[in-house]
Amino acid sequence: MSTTLSITRSGRRRNIGELAIRAVLIACSFAAVLTTVGIVFSLMFEAVRFFEQVAITEFMFGLEWSPQTAIRSDQVGASGAFGAIPLITGTLLISAIAMFVAAPLGLMSAIYLAEYSSSRMRNVVKPLLEMLAGIPTVVYGFFAALVIAPFIRDAGTGAGFEVASESALAAGLAMGIMIVPLVSSLSDDVISAVPQSLRDASYGLGATQAETIRKVVLPAAIPGIAGSILLATSRAIGETMIVVMAAGLAAKLTLNPLDAVTTITVQIVTLLTGDQEFDSAKTLAAFALGLLLFVATLILNIIALKIVELFREQYD
Amino acid sequence: MTDLITKSDGRLKGRHAGERRFKAYGMIAILISLGFLALMVSTILYQGFPAFKRNLVGLDINFDAVVIDPDGNRESSALRSANYTKLARASLRGLFPDVKKRRDKRKLNNILSSEVGYELRAMVLADHSLIGSTKRVWLSASGETELYFKGYISADLPEDQRRLDNDQIGWLDTLAHDGRIQTRFNTPFLTSGDSREPELAGILGALLGSFLTLLVCFALSFPIGTLAAIYLEEYAPKSRLNRLIEVNINNLAAVPSIVFGLLGLAILLNTFGLPRSTPLVGGMVLALMTLPTIIIASRASLRAVPPSIREAAMGIGASKTQTTFHHVAPLAMPGMLTGAIIGMAQALGETAPLLMIGMVAFIVDLPTGITDAATALPVQIFLWADSPERGFVEKTSAAIVVLLVFLIIMNLAAIVLRRKLEIRW
Repeated sequence: MSTTLSITRSGRRRNIGELAIRAVLIACSFAAVLTTVGIVFSLMFEAVRFFEQVAITEFMFGLEWSPQTAIRSDQVGASGAFGAIPLITGTLLISAIAMFVAAPLGLMSAIYLAEYSSSRMRNVVKPLLEMLAGIPTVVYGFFAALVIAPFIRDAGTGAGFEVASESALAAGLAMGIMIVPLVSSLSDDVISAVPQSLRDASYGLGATQAETIRKVVLPAAIPGIAGSILLATSRAIGETMIVVMAAGLAAKLTLNPLDAVTTITVQIVTLLTGDQEFDSAKTLAAFALGLLLFVATLILNIIALKIVELFREQYD
Repeated sequence: MTDLITKSDGRLKGRHAGERRFKAYGMIAILISLGFLALMVSTILYQGFPAFKRNLVGLDINFDAVVIDPDGNRESSALRSANYTKLARASLRGLFPDVKKRRDKRKLNNILSSEVGYELRAMVLADHSLIGSTKRVWLSASGETELYFKGYISADLPEDQRRLDNDQIGWLDTLAHDGRIQTRFNTPFLTSGDSREPELAGILGALLGSFLTLLVCFALSFPIGTLAAIYLEEYAPKSRLNRLIEVNINNLAAVPSIVFGLLGLAILLNTFGLPRSTPLVGGMVLALMTLPTIIIASRASLRAVPPSIREAAMGIGASKTQTTFHHVAPLAMPGMLTGAIIGMAQALGETAPLLMIGMVAFIVDLPTGITDAATALPVQIFLWADSPERGFVEKTSAAIVVLLVFLIIMNLAAIVLRRKLEIRW
């Protein structure tokens, strides 16, 4: 009788322990949710305070960005202009250049690795490509500013173009190379996931390997590839250090890749480094830009993940 | 009929050429990417290598008791405040007695680093018996002198286009000819903090800052990340809530790093009032950033543990928690640790969020705790890359070399760990 009692007791104690541990585990997995909530709330809160000072329409549609608010109220240009359009075009211009580099390089590398290369070559090349992703972005920024930008300027002036010393092209090229492994490894996965039977059917009809890849494998893999390119674009939009070091500060509304443009991330960094009071429109503007960046990348990610997921279901 | 065959032969040739071209495109894409990698790494190695060497100027210093210790009582306050720079300059002038004009004297002084006084002081404080003697000592050269001996300033350029004029180059050549210039391994680069003078700037401060930041980051993200992974993989029922958590983690992994910096600035600094520019806040921000990486890697390694292990443990009466923590988690540990190391390597290279929380200051002192103001290695690279002095270019490259060495070590550790401890079921 007494033994049964002790068993039930210890059983109960065990249950309490189980519950406590389960509670700790749930709390830990909520850390990620809390982080997202924290991001959304802190950005929203500061952005709302910014929009109390600057109209949201001016921010979203204004064509001029010069966040210098005056120290004295009678100074010239005291109000500052907070139109985000030049920043958005700058960001899109640099990201477009980056994707122009990364998409073909990444996709062709992935095709070669998945379809042509021997497994030995794959084992060597894949980690080397991944190294490109492992190198900190500050290194790319330094390299872009030190080597690529002067090279483009010299080459451009030699060819008779007017090239800014901090051109969008230099930052975009460096960023493109950085993103290659992201595109290639994701595309590689999707291409490898295309069932062999499709290839065999194509070969059976007499198609060459290149024809099979172009007309059978790629069309089957296209949703996944699109997803990987969207993910890479979102990465390019949010990239900070390369553009801080290699792109300009002047907010210029242009689509000329040889001009200096600035991006959302560059402006966040310039607005928030250095000393300033926390409540000025200038600092709050950084949070509004941060919110814009967060929403844009989030939408791209959700679409990309959705596309990839839909594609996976097709062949499973 | 024959016509048809020759026609199709021609087309076949074209198709095969297309095949070769397509394959070549793939090869070219890989070569461009890897070529860029090789170019970038070799440029940085080439640029950074000279920074690991430094030039010293050998001078016969007369440790004049009248200058150093006029009262003769060896009191440390007197010894500390004496004008040691004067001793070095006097000795240098003794080598070139023709230099008379004030302007020329200043040019001559510019051969030595502005910090030579501190170097001499340290020698005297370490050994009082030096006072009154004359001894050949090796002192730091100035940034310009370094640039000259490392070949960045060419004597062939017109005089007004270089940082050293003909007189200075003449003096430097004489010093070199007399064997008074030595090249040594640049130990101060690895053992001192930041400085405004490129020849004196070191990375130890930034290294310590990065180390402390990663320590905080690991202490937070590893337990939280693995426990979250355990919950999601072992406990969580397939509910909408848990599905939400999963989607959330995947999206969090793709949030731009600078946004985490904004979060840290708004919540940790401005709401909770934690100290700015410290490894504590830096580590917390990076922990939030690496959390998704660790969770995803840990889940994958938990999933790799076969269900038979769980069933066996349950079968002999272990509770859910006992099964998980005594049997499943230890088996998944190598994979979790590998994920954590990869997450830490990511955190080590991260710059943007640290800029947001003010770890971007010019800090000379070495940080001693997680609440000291500090900077981190990638931020130091950013700061040096921004400096206009020519001498900082090689420092920047050298700091990158050090950063890459650490990253390679961490990644190798992850690979070795995986190979060594991986269990094949």
